[in-house]
Amino acid sequence: MSSQTTAIDQAKQQNRELTYRQAIGEALAQEMAKNSKIFLMGEDVRVFYGGGPFAVTPKEKFLDKFGPERVRDTPISEAAFFGAGIMAAVAGFHPVVELMFSDFYGVCMDQIANQGAKLRYMFGGQAEVPLLMRIAYGGGMSFGATHSQALYSVFAHMPGIKVVVPSTPYDAKGLLTTSLRENNIVAFFEHKALYGTKGRLVPEEQYEIKLGKADVKRRGKDVTIVALGKMVHLSLQAADQLGKQGISAEVVDPRSIVPLDKDTILDSLKHTSRLVIVDEDYSRCGFAAEVAAIAADESFGMLDAPIKRVTTYNVPIPYAKHLEDAVLPSAQRIVDAVKEVVPT
Amino acid sequence: MQLIRRFEYTIKDLFARAIIIGALHLYVGEEAVAVGAISNVGPNDYVMSTHRGHGHLIARGVDVNKMMAELYGKETGLCKGKGGSMHMADMKLHVFAQPVVAAGLPLAVGAGLASKLSRDDGVTLAFFGDGAANQGSTHESMNLASIWKLPVVFICENNQYAESTAASYAVAGGSVAKRGISYAIPSDTRDGMNVLAVYEGVKKAVERARRGDGPSLLECVTYRYEGHEEGDTWHTYRSKDEVEQWRKRDPILNFREYLVKSQVATEKELESINVEVEAAISNAIQFAEKSAFTSEKEAMKDVFTDDCY
Repeated sequence: MSSQTTAIDQAKQQNRELTYRQAIGEALAQEMAKNSKIFLMGEDVRVFYGGGPFAVTPKEKFLDKFGPERVRDTPISEAAFFGAGIMAAVAGFHPVVELMFSDFYGVCMDQIANQGAKLRYMFGGQAEVPLLMRIAYGGGMSFGATHSQALYSVFAHMPGIKVVVPSTPYDAKGLLTTSLRENNIVAFFEHKALYGTKGRLVPEEQYEIKLGKADVKRRGKDVTIVALGKMVHLSLQAADQLGKQGISAEVVDPRSIVPLDKDTILDSLKHTSRLVIVDEDYSRCGFAAEVAAIAADESFGMLDAPIKRVTTYNVPIPYAKHLEDAVLPSAQRIVDAVKEVVPT
Repeated sequence: MQLIRRFEYTIKDLFARAIIIGALHLYVGEEAVAVGAISNVGPNDYVMSTHRGHGHLIARGVDVNKMMAELYGKETGLCKGKGGSMHMADMKLHVFAQPVVAAGLPLAVGAGLASKLSRDDGVTLAFFGDGAANQGSTHESMNLASIWKLPVVFICENNQYAESTAASYAVAGGSVAKRGISYAIPSDTRDGMNVLAVYEGVKKAVERARRGDGPSLLECVTYRYEGHEEGDTWHTYRSKDEVEQWRKRDPILNFREYLVKSQVATEKELESINVEVEAAISNAIQFAEKSAFTSEKEAMKDVFTDDCY
C-alpha cells in the first residue's frame, strides 16, 4: 500500500496524465527494457501510424530502441505468427503478439485455443506458455460488423487463457506489467475507443495489479453494477444520473474475467442486494450471463430483485451511427435497467 | 524402424482388445521417413510431429515404456494420461505430436524463430501430411519461415491419402514439393520408402538451415499400410492390390536386404535387433500394466502454472 501511495504521490507531483494508449506503451517498453526475452510481433507494429495500428508502440520508443529483431512486422498471417509466438514462448521467450481486431480471432483461434491454451495441460504440465496477446476490441466507431465486436467471452470460454480487460490508463499499465510477468497465455483486451482517454494519474515507475482483483470504481448502496472496459465509463455516467435521482449505484470493475474476482462482486451484493451487469459482448453465453449465474448460484438468498443484463443485442454490429448506438449498451439503458430493479 | 513397426502392431492388437482406447493412427509403412529424417538432428533441435506421431517420437528416442503407459492412461505415461496417442510429448527431447492437421507448422516456425533469436544453432523438423499441404496455415508458415530465413525443414509425408481423400484428387498440381518454389524454399521429392534417400535429403536441408540460409521442403513419397485410424474401412477407398504393390517396397525389408547384400550387417546381427525389439515391447507392456492409473485429481491440474481456473 505504502509503495503504491508513494507512486501515486509521485504521479501527482509529475502530473502524469497518460492516455490509455500511452500507459500501455509505457508498460510494454519498461518491461521490454528489463526482460530481453520479450519481443513484439504483429501486423504493422513498427511504423504504421507512427508505431502500431493504434499507435501504441511508437517507432522511437520501440523499433528504434529495441531494434527489428524484437519489434517484428509480420505478413497478414495470424495463424502462422500466433503459432510462432506460442512455440517461441514454450522455447523460452515471452512474445507479445498482436491481434488487430478481436473480430479476427477466427483466422488464428486454432493456434490460440487448441495449441496455446492446451499444450501445458495435454502434455501433463511439461510446457509453459508465457505469451501476451494484445487484442484491440470494441464498438462505437462505425467500423461495422467485422471490426467492432467485444469478443473476450470467446477467449474466456476456453480453459487455459487468462483474460484481462482494463478500463483506465492506470489499470492498463499495472495489469499489463503483471501480464508480462505471467508464465501463462494472457489475452489483453484494449478498447479502441479508450486509447485516447485519460483518467487517474499514472506513475512513471512500474507497478503491478494482480489479475483477478476487482476494483470498486464507485461506492454505492442500492445496486451493484458490474462492468468491464469501456462499459465501466458508461456505468459511471449512469451512476451519476442515477445519483441525481436519489439512487446510489456501486460500480465494480472486475478488470479480468479469468481469473474472476467473485468475492468482490458477492461482497458488494451483500449490501446492495441488486445486480445489473453491463457487457459490450453479446448476451448469449457471455460474460454477463456468467456473472449472473455465479450470483444466482452463490448469493441467491441475498438478492432482492431479478438480475438484469445490459449487453450488445444478439445481432451483428451495424455500420450507421444511429444503428450502432441502438444495439450497443448505453448509459440510458443502464439507468433503465437499474430503475427496473431498484424501487423508487 | 523395426521398433516403430512392432510398437504399432502391438498397440493395434491392444486397441482391438479395448485395452487402449480413443483414436489410433498407425505409422506402419512410413517408418523410413521418421528414421531417415530424425537421424540428422541432435538434442538442441526440435521435432514437430502429427496425429500419426508414434514413429517420430520413437525415432527421437522417446522411452517406449512411457509411451505405452500414456496409451494405458497411467501416471507414468509421458503426459500422465492427459494427452493420449494424439498429444504425446517429451519436452526434454523437444518433440511432441499435435493432431490438428497443419497446426504444427506455425509452431515449428516459432521453434525456428526461438532458435534463431537464441543463436543456438537449433533446427526444427516439421512433419506434415499431404492433407496438411492444402491447409492455409501450411502456406502461411512456409512464407513466414522463408522471409525470416528460419532454420525449419518442412517434411511432407505424402502417404497418398488424407483420411479417405486421395492426394491425386486433392493436391492441385500433383506435387507438394513444387509449392515450396513459390516461397523461395529449396524443395525436393524423395522416395519415402527408402531410409537412406530420406536421410540424404534431410541432411542437406539441415545443413542449410544450420548455416543460416533458411528453410527447405522435402516431399517424401510413402504409404500407410493400415487405415487412417484403427476402425477405418480402408477397402472403400483403395484396393487390396494397391496396398500389396506398396508393401513390395517395404522400407524395412528392403533396407534389411540392402544391408546384407552390401555386407554392412549380417543376418545374425539383424536378427539380434529383432530380439531386442521384442524385449523392449514386452517390457513396455509390463511397465504400463504395472503402473498405477493417474489419480482423478490430476485431471484438474496443469491448466495454468498457478491454481487459476
